[in-house]
Amino acid sequence: MSRPILILALFAVLGAISLGLGLVVGSVPLSAADVAGALAGDASSPVGAIVLQVRLPRVLAGFACGGLLALAGALLQVLLRNPLADPYVLGISGGAGLGLLAATSLGVGYAGSQLAGLAGALLAVLTVFGLSFRAGDWNLYRLLLTGVVFSAGCSALISLILLLAPQTAVKGMLFWMLGDLSDATSPQWAWLALATCGAASVLGSGALNVMLLGRRKAISLGVPVASAEVVIYLIASAATVTSVSLAGTVGFVGLIVPHLVRLLGVTDYRWLIPSAILAGGALLSLADTAARSLWAPLQIPVGALTALLGVPVVLLLLARRR
Amino acid sequence: MKLTAEALTLGFPGRVLCQGLSFGVSPGQCWAVLGNNGSGKSTLMHALAGVHTPLAGTVRVDDEPLSVMGAARRARLIGLLMQEEPAEFWGSVLDYVALGRYPHRRSLLGYDPEAERMARTQLESMDLARLAGQALSTLSGGERQRARLALVLTQDPALFLLDEPLQHLDLRHQMQALDWFARLARASGRAVLMVLHDPALARRYCDHAVLLYEADTPLAGAAERVLTPDNLERLYGVPVPL
Repeated sequence: MSRPILILALFAVLGAISLGLGLVVGSVPLSAADVAGALAGDASSPVGAIVLQVRLPRVLAGFACGGLLALAGALLQVLLRNPLADPYVLGISGGAGLGLLAATSLGVGYAGSQLAGLAGALLAVLTVFGLSFRAGDWNLYRLLLTGVVFSAGCSALISLILLLAPQTAVKGMLFWMLGDLSDATSPQWAWLALATCGAASVLGSGALNVMLLGRRKAISLGVPVASAEVVIYLIASAATVTSVSLAGTVGFVGLIVPHLVRLLGVTDYRWLIPSAILAGGALLSLADTAARSLWAPLQIPVGALTALLGVPVVLLLLARRR
Repeated sequence: MKLTAEALTLGFPGRVLCQGLSFGVSPGQCWAVLGNNGSGKSTLMHALAGVHTPLAGTVRVDDEPLSVMGAARRARLIGLLMQEEPAEFWGSVLDYVALGRYPHRRSLLGYDPEAERMARTQLESMDLARLAGQALSTLSGGERQRARLALVLTQDPALFLLDEPLQHLDLRHQMQALDWFARLARASGRAVLMVLHDPALARRYCDHAVLLYEADTPLAGAAERVLTPDNLERLYGVPVPL
């Protein structure tokens, strides 16, 4: 019992540190006292404006997206019984990317393109679900294959758009595809999604533990598996769509953070879910702080850094684990 | 509670395994299910547990059809030991056995000190107390089978459906498990239905039996009436000395 609590506490502390660093560090160096003053309500000063209007929304957006992606990855790994499942395996990133890039290349403005991306993501969820779902007999391999094939189709079209789009537009598209938080100014929806999806998943985490015993055994132990699977799919999709619409397709977090938590010895989903949410949030907000300040004023997309930060940690843990 | 099977036809689309099976299991009874490979023993267990829908017929708990019963309530009444379960598991033997308390959980999150206490008691009864902290995947086949029995004992249902409970067990643990379940039926009013391959053990431990014939109507009833040398020879196709 003590180890999962320790890991959860560790990621809670790390999460708090990542939020604090995100407020203090940046192209304008601030002290902790400046930040505390700004948070206490002094929004009129230049420092207050930087903290409350620029850094706070962005660090909160990063944390929420990281938590949502880690949650979606952990859920899909149970649902699909596949350790390689990540939030994008069922086509949401493909659908969103296709919608957004198509709109951008047709000359639609920023807000319109964002809406097209959201529409593409939701359409992807509906399409993949609609094509694979059969009431009473939902074959999850069919779901996985449908998602993978759908994604492949979207990737092909996205490649075509990138080739045909005007040079000036391509850089913005690549930023979005790598995952970028520089336009994330209103994180409140993501936090609402994180709170609802997170609470629902933690409440259902006992059932996730039982579902890992296999479908029939879980039914015999009283889990209504058929409806639970639909709920898990919908929660994971809502989490992924929210994150993608705010930050683009940030990679690595959703696939690796649940494994990182497992490698640290937490395999009970009642602890794994909250730990993964905190770890994902901490990783993405740390990576974003680094992405916007390491080479300032040059901003690099955070998606490029999540992997650079996370890969050595996970490789070390994998190598040490016997 | 009384479990009743009414005119069950078992099988899968395109393959009928057995037809017209009717019987009732009352508290305190211990049933053996006998039949050749592929005669539908596991399918019968799954149908009685509500994890498989029979091609025709109804399973009832008292007067309520199993198909309309809520999953959690059904799991408090009926426990199923399956013949095959994945060997991979995320946690320790104790974590595994404690999952038997899932249908009884009171807190929303499922943290339940009572569950751990009951799981430890059943690990004790299956001689596994020593291995409680081990990863389930490190256990031998027989030890894992005993952990699976401990899980279903921790579930503490009114009716135990045990599909080949003796597989992988050494002789001592086979006898111990049979004693345990037969006593559970006699002393605490539970009912037990188990798939066995040895008619002699069925005679010794069970008071009722189901014989699943491949090409004939199944037999079900009191052991002394059903488990006769003639019936068993017709079942297995070889003489069966009792």
